[in-house]
Amino acid sequence: MGRTVGVLALQGDFEAHGRMLRSLGAQVREVRVPADLDGLDGLVIPGGESTTMTLGIEREGLAEPLRELGAAGTPVLGTCAGLIMLDRDHLGMMDLRAERNAFGRQVRSFEADLEIDGIAGGPVRAVFIRAPWVAEHGDGVEVLAAVDGHPVVVREGNLLAISFHPELTGESRIHERFLALVRDAAAA
Amino acid sequence: MRDEATFTVRAGLAEMLKGGVIMDVVDAEQAKIAEAAGAAAVMALERVPSDIRRDGGVARMSDPSMIRGIQEAVTIPVMAKARIGHFVEAQVLEALEVDYIDESEVLTPADEANHIDKWGFKVPFVCGATNLGEALRRIGEGAAMIRSKGEAGTGDIVEAVRHMRKINGEIRRLTTLDDAELATAAKELQSPLDLVRAVARDGKLPVVVFSAGGVATPADAALMMQLGAEGVFVGSGIFKSEDPERRAQAVVEATTHFQDPARIAAASEGLGQAMVSLESSKLESEQLLAQRGW
Repeated sequence: MGRTVGVLALQGDFEAHGRMLRSLGAQVREVRVPADLDGLDGLVIPGGESTTMTLGIEREGLAEPLRELGAAGTPVLGTCAGLIMLDRDHLGMMDLRAERNAFGRQVRSFEADLEIDGIAGGPVRAVFIRAPWVAEHGDGVEVLAAVDGHPVVVREGNLLAISFHPELTGESRIHERFLALVRDAAAA
Repeated sequence: MRDEATFTVRAGLAEMLKGGVIMDVVDAEQAKIAEAAGAAAVMALERVPSDIRRDGGVARMSDPSMIRGIQEAVTIPVMAKARIGHFVEAQVLEALEVDYIDESEVLTPADEANHIDKWGFKVPFVCGATNLGEALRRIGEGAAMIRSKGEAGTGDIVEAVRHMRKINGEIRRLTTLDDAELATAAKELQSPLDLVRAVARDGKLPVVVFSAGGVATPADAALMMQLGAEGVFVGSGIFKSEDPERRAQAVVEATTHFQDPARIAAASEGLGQAMVSLESSKLESEQLLAQRGW
């Protein structure tokens, strides 16, 4: 049976995440106000502009409800700006600090093949767009992939954060991995 | 190995701007106000379109020091405009590492026949279009994002509506045609056949489409979103209004909640005067910016 996964839809590429999740059998709900979080089995915080998203979360009163969702063990996937939202300086849901635009401006954006721990079947085609990396993290944060020594895929319990955009390349293995977390959490 | 400036990378930044508002700013102070109000990016230019319209003369790329000042003032993406066909202005903007180049009809065209060959650049381009053929020609030249032209600097939304409806109407028509008819349609649209086929198959353009030109109120922004825009550019509409800070916040809020009239109503309250506006149907044809570009 399909689980209901929310996608934060204040700004950014939330539609691409929605398409990917639906293609994998999940029910998708766009989240713009706190009431949209009720009864979700998982949540995706998409790519977009982290400043715009931070202000939107503040305006809508979403910060505390999002923290409660994470604290309750509901799996959350953050990509790019979503990774930034999860860090100590923003929602504070993960024990890490993100470095924004760490690779540089748009002319430094790139794609590359990336091996990720726990993702079988060869490297993932990863698109990094004005991407962040994890500058530092606590012991509870597991690094699953890095570029030039900088963590770009990390996991802390049911929270998964990624610097790049699996939703843009038709790469479904990341979302499949996330939906496995959603299923396990719902069964627990 | 890293692959930079692939189509996915160039068009991908526009995906990140979706659902957002891109605001025209003329200095670092305005850029900070735009960022603090929730803009997803800023467009750095020396004069907003309504002033270009008022002043007349040749409108060119902005002074690099002004663009740098804005880049240093904010962390959101910074776009800048080059004249149509002026590939050296585009080279300069690339050297400045702006995040997006707008090959814009708001500036005075530098080439009456040719647009910039945008495939030769690492920085992505956004281009204006009034119809589907124009949009596909720009994409064929390498544009990674399209915006409806509207009629910049007027505060009159009617042209943006016309252009968005025209583009989407023509896309819907393509989805009903067979292969032989698509070849004829490509000829009529003066567009590359492979792009025409892709649009017919997907029912959408292969790049993100924003609306621009004439957005002055939160309701204007939501109107364009309901008509199918994936985000909006606001030029003179913010900083030529009575209370730019509040209006900027209100346009951002209405763009996120474009399907929720109660939220658009709340955002629209007490914003003060909108920009001084011009009815675009009363303009002389040589005053129309949307006719620039081919």
